[in-house]
Amino acid sequence: MITVENLSKVYDGTTVVDAVSMVIEKNTTTVIVGTSGSGKSTLLRMINRLVEPTGGRVLIEGRDTREEPAHLLRRRIGYAIQGHGLFPHRTVAENIGTVPQLLGWSAARIQARVEELLQVFQLDPKAYADAMPHELSGGQQQRVGVARALAAEPAVLLMDEPFGALDPIIRAKAQEDLLEIRRRFGTTIVLVTHDMDEAFHLGDRVAVMSGGRLLQYDRPARLLTQPADPFVARMTGMGDRAMRLLSLTTAGEAALPGRGSGPAVTASASLREALSELVWQGADSAQVVDADGTARGHLTLDAILRHGRPS
Amino acid sequence: MTEATLPRTARFDRLGTLLGVTGVAALAGLSFVLVKANRIVPGIPRSLLEAAPPLAGWACLACLALAATAALFVFNARLRLGAALLGIGALLLALGAAGDALTPLGNRVVRISAGPAFWVVLVCLGLMATDAITRMRPGPARRVLWLAGFIAVAVLALKSGRFDHLSVMREYAVNAERFSRELLRHVLLAAGSLGAAALAGLPLGIACYRVPRIREAILGALNVIQTIPAIALFGILMAPLGALAAAVPLAGRLGIRGIGAAPAVVALFLYSLLPIVANTVQGLRRVSRQAVEAARGMGMTPGQVLLRVEMPLALPVIVTGVRVVLVQNIGMVTVAALIGGGGLGTFVFQGIGQTAIDLVLLGAIPIVALAFSAAVVLDALVEVMDRVKQ
Repeated sequence: MITVENLSKVYDGTTVVDAVSMVIEKNTTTVIVGTSGSGKSTLLRMINRLVEPTGGRVLIEGRDTREEPAHLLRRRIGYAIQGHGLFPHRTVAENIGTVPQLLGWSAARIQARVEELLQVFQLDPKAYADAMPHELSGGQQQRVGVARALAAEPAVLLMDEPFGALDPIIRAKAQEDLLEIRRRFGTTIVLVTHDMDEAFHLGDRVAVMSGGRLLQYDRPARLLTQPADPFVARMTGMGDRAMRLLSLTTAGEAALPGRGSGPAVTASASLREALSELVWQGADSAQVVDADGTARGHLTLDAILRHGRPS
Repeated sequence: MTEATLPRTARFDRLGTLLGVTGVAALAGLSFVLVKANRIVPGIPRSLLEAAPPLAGWACLACLALAATAALFVFNARLRLGAALLGIGALLLALGAAGDALTPLGNRVVRISAGPAFWVVLVCLGLMATDAITRMRPGPARRVLWLAGFIAVAVLALKSGRFDHLSVMREYAVNAERFSRELLRHVLLAAGSLGAAALAGLPLGIACYRVPRIREAILGALNVIQTIPAIALFGILMAPLGALAAAVPLAGRLGIRGIGAAPAVVALFLYSLLPIVANTVQGLRRVSRQAVEAARGMGMTPGQVLLRVEMPLALPVIVTGVRVVLVQNIGMVTVAALIGGGGLGTFVFQGIGQTAIDLVLLGAIPIVALAFSAAVVLDALVEVMDRVKQ
């Protein structure tokens, strides 16, 4: 658990982060979203003290982050940035082993961890461990960047626009990988982005920032249905907020009992996708099935539409 | 592309044509050797065929004709290099043979030296060879090997005795012991001032990079030093170093005096600082900001960020600065001889004083060879390091 208390940063009289307080639960993904200059990156960088706060404090598991030297604190916290920041003069394995090496792990333990992570990120250790970063594609570099951030098994992973430089297809893949990582390692992830779709897709909780202030910190659905501020409503998008809301619920979660008729929709698909399918097929109900084809219930057009309204 | 579609201009090699025509014209119109009755009288010009024994002369001409033909019509870089090297070898052997032939038995006064035609043809063939090597695009290791090969061949050739009757070698024979001493001294002065400049310049460069406020001031001051002519800087340093030696006896006992090696080393050190400091700043600026940000974010201390990320990535640019300094120093140490600093410049200035051009060459040729070798080796080093892409 990360507790941010009254955190502020002032540069030469300009307040960049203004008395932000928030509690980030363990094993969740929290996305901080805002326009450029909103203070979102500064807030993130105060958690691992790359930026020293002007006021307030950060507690990780109840411990004030100022209790230990900043570089020791950072070794316990994963950190991934836009454009990966890999060391161009080190091999992929050396890059990933950076923090374990700083922590004094044995060579054998580092090697085992590097191989494990390469496999998790679908990179064959034999082919990639000794490659130099410039020999990899953009998507592979980004994966190595995240693998490096996770190398010392940190409980917390901070990510500053990690997917900003990726094209849409690789970006979608990277986002799925991230969700998988949280499930697999139970890492608490704090991610900064300016992309609302990314925030809604990844975040268990979303923090909307503007002008250094935290406007709203809530579950994605609540940002849509009960925006705390006109700016939040603008950020989340008035035009397609019903569709955004639909995309937050899966067909499996909304399924009604009983076997229906019409086209089949997988349980993991969002209601937005289910609705799209019904519109496309000209049907008014759908069967909900698991990935292996077993029936999970059914959905009607009405039932789907009800999920797109604030209740 | 077939022969018929080749553009007409491509049938001749342009550089080769220029070199070939220049070389032939020089051989035809200028003297190949100069024969002097003693060290300082003006020489009597002799052409290649007049000077060398008939067999050696015609063989040399045949080799040179082959090289000229290759220069004009052959496009394969290896063949061009081979022809150029053949020409250089023939030219040198003919010169040695001319020296032997023109020197009466036992005469140690007569001087046979290379004439203008020899030098022009040598330069033409040298350019042809370096052009061919450039076209072959050898890797860094291969270039250093080539250099080592040339040096080995040159040393063996000089030791073989074939060139002993040439005037430069006569000067060498007289000065052999001094030559090794001054050569070593030359290298030590150039490398020592470079080493000192690196020790001081690297921290200074890092400080300039970290603290932008002092950057302009320091780089500005070093720039001003660069504009002072070497001989003037030696003069400027004489007074304070002389005063230091007088005031502090220990300094005098350590060899610090107004004249001699001390002002030379100090001046070269000051000249060396700008390239090293400026390149350190430039190299550090070129380091990826994201790599540095990631290094800090992962918990490296400032020292670790500098030693493990910033310096390794800045190194190719810094070594480029070292290369500039070393080549520059090898040349400038020459002037140090004027204030008693020693080095190969001793021969150059002694030769100028005695109007003995052979003695000047005894100093100048090794200086050029040293500077050239330093450039080749350090260029190769930079290329190896720069393979790590930013």
